[in-house]
Amino acid sequence: MMGLSTPPAVRVWEHQLILYRRIWASNVVVSIVRPLLYVLGMGLGVGGLVDDGPRADEVLDGLTYFQFFAPAMIATTAMMVLVNDSLWPIRGGFLWNRTFFSQAASPISPGEIVGGVALWHLTKGLLSSVGVAVVLALFPSTRTWGLIPAVGVGALTGVAFAAPLTTWAAWRETDLSFPNINRFVIVPMFLFSGAFYPISQLPTWLQWFSRITPVWHGVELCRGAVYGGLSLGDVVVHVVYLLAWAGVGWVLARKVFADRLGN
Amino acid sequence: MSGSEGTAVITAKALTKRFGDFEAVKGTDFEVRAGEAFGFLGPNGAGKSSTMRMIGAVSPVTSGELRIFGLDPADDGRKIRARLGVVPQQDELDEFLTVKDNLVIYGRYFDIPLKACREKAMELLEFVQLADRADSKVQPLSGGMKRRVTIARSLMSDPEILLLDEPTTGLDPQARHVLWDRLYRLKQQGVTLVLTTHYMDEAEQLCDRLVVMDQGEIAAEGSPAELIRTHSPREVLELRFPAGTNAEHAPKVEGVGARQEVLPDRILIYADDGEAALSEVHRRQAVPESALVRRSTLEDVFLRLTGRTLVE
Ligand SMILES: Nc1ncnc2c1ncn2[C@@H]1O[C@H](COP(=O)(O)OP(=O)(O)O)[C@@H](O)[C@H]1O
Ligand SMILES: [Mg+2]
Repeated sequence: MMGLSTPPAVRVWEHQLILYRRIWASNVVVSIVRPLLYVLGMGLGVGGLVDDGPRADEVLDGLTYFQFFAPAMIATTAMMVLVNDSLWPIRGGFLWNRTFFSQAASPISPGEIVGGVALWHLTKGLLSSVGVAVVLALFPSTRTWGLIPAVGVGALTGVAFAAPLTTWAAWRETDLSFPNINRFVIVPMFLFSGAFYPISQLPTWLQWFSRITPVWHGVELCRGAVYGGLSLGDVVVHVVYLLAWAGVGWVLARKVFADRLGN
Repeated sequence: MSGSEGTAVITAKALTKRFGDFEAVKGTDFEVRAGEAFGFLGPNGAGKSSTMRMIGAVSPVTSGELRIFGLDPADDGRKIRARLGVVPQQDELDEFLTVKDNLVIYGRYFDIPLKACREKAMELLEFVQLADRADSKVQPLSGGMKRRVTIARSLMSDPEILLLDEPTTGLDPQARHVLWDRLYRLKQQGVTLVLTTHYMDEAEQLCDRLVVMDQGEIAAEGSPAELIRTHSPREVLELRFPAGTNAEHAPKVEGVGARQEVLPDRILIYADDGEAALSEVHRRQAVPESALVRRSTLEDVFLRLTGRTLVE
């Protein structure tokens, strides 16, 4: 009877997986169709205007606008998906279905619950990044082996958002701040992420805003992964920066979960 | 149940729980023995859930000593939780999953292999008479059915002790009886039941022994029959006078029976012989709108010990 034991965090992750079974089909469609629409709409539409512009080659580093924009979608999509997966679902785990309390009453500890949540966020980050990568693989101009590491970068970018937002959602008593996080934090980050244009186009102070946001680092890494051109030093800085957001977020989440589940 | 013969599976000494500077549990002592059904009877805010969550090894003890299976929850929380079944005051089911999946995933928390979880889930749904709803979502189920799902869920890990926090609050009488019947069967199978309730009939039906809890303290302890015998005369005469005239009638019946309680809506006269007390009331020409003689219950014990009623 006592077969192989499964790590507790994986058992928490399984709960999410069972839930996902119901919606995976529609989710897969969305995670392919949405980037396809974006890439076509922005890449071809805006690209048609930009590529003939006088400074196109200089600003876009020799890439077409389509090529420039498309890989960034891996990072921004993972961010969007995981913002949604960390605010209300985490709150729900404490307040609506109270899943986290059920888990805490079992042999699983609060820290391991956070571990399971983190595993799930990584999974969702990978799934959404794969969706975008599949779309990019459809077009010869964006089809490189670099899409494979870019998927990993997408997942990392996603958890760099999910970890701190999980902490926030677990800590706050109300969800009044959640829509504003989307409006005033995530959307500006998206616009200034360097996905739509190089941040060198921005005034210096806004460039600093971009550099602080995790998503810009993800965008740079994705583009670098697909076309090369990043130095090892750049790669290390970007990766460490993203890991730092994820790591600090998880450490804080463990603390907040432990307080809330064991008071 | 052989009374004091069972070994103690839970012991608490001067058990205390503080939230900030508010003391929710104020140094309680109790002992639960293997195989018995033990109850905490008390009104809202008595500290029942706080006590249950400490026993469940999720809420740390502020001070005092608590042992479950001889283990200290501060050191061996995980081991203790592995051997407990928990029915929390609020259902914590995942409404997006089917009834069966709720059980299966809960079994997985205890690291029971998936195949065994599936078999066990069906077996338990039979037990709580919900096998036909296995593949239905949780959301449309009635409150009583959800409660039964929660009980089935708590049994996935074959617990030695089942903790039930207000198992039937909010359910209609029929649903309560179905639940009591299932709990009684579990007890027969040797599962130790620890439950909280503010229903005196539930405590009388289910508990071998119970403690009466009020404002974080234990006011009395014993079997339902013992508690009634010790703290209340055998019978109660309930008198109802026209609204608002209780105070005026109270002096007329003073001294009748062993003790009296003047409540807003009625006067209770405690006496070993209720009919004799009623004759005395009539002899004094205090004419109530209605009069009723009944046996003393745990409600009367609670009133006696705390001066308040259980359900406001
Ligand atoms: N997490 C908490 N923080 C602060 N006060 C609490 C908390 N949990 C319970 N209390 C307070 O402790 C008292 C006892 O609560 P509880 O144990 O839930 O009682 P019962 O289950 O008997 O109704 C109540 O006054 C309640 O408001
Ligand atoms: Mg309670």
